Amino acid sequence: MVNPMNKVTIENLSLEYSDGAESLRGINLNIPANAISVLFGPAGGGKSSLLRILNRLNDLADVKTVRGKVLIDGQNILEPGVDVIALRRKVGMVFARPVPLPLSMRANLTYGLELAGEHRAAVLAEAVERSLTQAALWDEVKDRLDEPAAALSGGQQQRLCLARVLALQPEIIMLDEPTSGLDPISTSKVEASLQKLKTQYTIILVPHSVQQAARTADYAGFFLQGELVEWAPGRAIFSTPRDKRTEDYVVGRFG
Amino acid sequence: MNKSVFARQLTQKIGYGLLTLLTLLTVLPILYIIGRILLQGAPAALSWEFLFTFPRDGMKAGGIWPAIVGTIYLTLGTALFSVPLGLGAAIYLSEYAPNNRWTRLIRLAIINLAGIPSVVYGLFGLGLFVLFLKLGVSILAGSLTLSIMTLPVIISTAEEALRAVPQAFRVVSISLGATKWQTIRRIVLPQALPGILTGVILGLERAAGETAPILFTAASFFLPRLPGSPLDATMALPYHLFVISTQVPGMPLRIQFGTALVLLVFVLSMNLAATVIRSRARAARQW
Repeated sequence: MVNPMNKVTIENLSLEYSDGAESLRGINLNIPANAISVLFGPAGGGKSSLLRILNRLNDLADVKTVRGKVLIDGQNILEPGVDVIALRRKVGMVFARPVPLPLSMRANLTYGLELAGEHRAAVLAEAVERSLTQAALWDEVKDRLDEPAAALSGGQQQRLCLARVLALQPEIIMLDEPTSGLDPISTSKVEASLQKLKTQYTIILVPHSVQQAARTADYAGFFLQGELVEWAPGRAIFSTPRDKRTEDYVVGRFG
Repeated sequence: MNKSVFARQLTQKIGYGLLTLLTLLTVLPILYIIGRILLQGAPAALSWEFLFTFPRDGMKAGGIWPAIVGTIYLTLGTALFSVPLGLGAAIYLSEYAPNNRWTRLIRLAIINLAGIPSVVYGLFGLGLFVLFLKLGVSILAGSLTLSIMTLPVIISTAEEALRAVPQAFRVVSISLGATKWQTIRRIVLPQALPGILTGVILGLERAAGETAPILFTAASFFLPRLPGSPLDATMALPYHLFVISTQVPGMPLRIQFGTALVLLVFVLSMNLAATVIRSRARAARQW
């Protein structure tokens, strides 16, 4: 049975790339709605691969096999008949390096909506203001929305990228090390935004450090070499890990 | 010790001197040619009559108007065929083609096409367009022949320009719910456009200056009126220059140099346009 609290249910998911790189083995995981779920662990553990399965961005990569099920709202998104475009509007993604599209700030924010067929100026303007406010960027840029997005600082660019995802009113927001290139002030702004956003969205965060994982997690999972070693609610995993490997990583014996 | 420092400085000076000499040896002849054409061509080329009237008295007087018009027609005709084809091929190769043996073969073919002597294109055009497809010696046949010659330049520069657009833009666009084609049309193509335009202009510039491909397919020795349809033969600047330099005895030198100057200005101004587009795009680029 699918628990309605669980936005995403992953059953026995395995993935292999053609070149044998980073893969996933037998992942079972329930990701709850309206919370920040943190996936952490050393590089190459399969966290990014998992995110890229959830919005089927992995379709672009050279994937050899994917087995298992990924249910979002009860629907298996790995099935061939799935509307991938609609899925990507529902499952937004923020990348490690901020990548503003080579357009104005406004056009970055309306890009996804216009592709979805929304051309009403009032709706687009509302989406721009709402998403920028949610990403804590509105006050800084409201007077220069038609300037190129590349003119923003790195921290502002990343908040613009978050706003760009929010403009589409997704249900799930995935962030893959979103603050790895940012200064501490920008980082705390992004983290504060996420804390507010989790009341409305399902948030899946791959943090860039154990500290960030411990700061932000409502649920946390430790990934090691393609396996989910441990998954627990709250921050218990950081204080009293059950698995020796989790403990070794959390206290910094490797990583 | 001192002596060896002196010796080293001497070697250095000789080295610099030699390199400067070699540079001058390449630059000076070009400057000489351009200067000579400019000096001897300008008196003829800078006259209304020369630019806008037909040749008279067995080409020994009058102007080169039909040759100028013919070269413009041929260049536009070449653009008409080679730009859509070349751009399409470049988009396929850069965005859609899998990296396999077949694609590598296509690339190899394109590279080799660029190395084929232009007179071979001329013969090919004669066989395929003029004779087999019965287009006759015409602007259409000449444009098609020049298009085939131009395609490799356009395809390879356009592909390079498309590949230079960061992959991250494509991934982000797809992640926001864009299809592959929407991503190409809205993000990749606009970013690659200056590079593509540069390649197109450089390709067309070469087409405008070529004689051999149009020799059997489009060009005419002399026509008393301008071509009225794409199926008419035409006069053209490079071929006209060839004709008045080798086929007509007793040509006044100023007409030959004048024609050369007009052709040179035609081609160099295209080159200049390409350079301007490229440098402006570099300054405006956001990545």
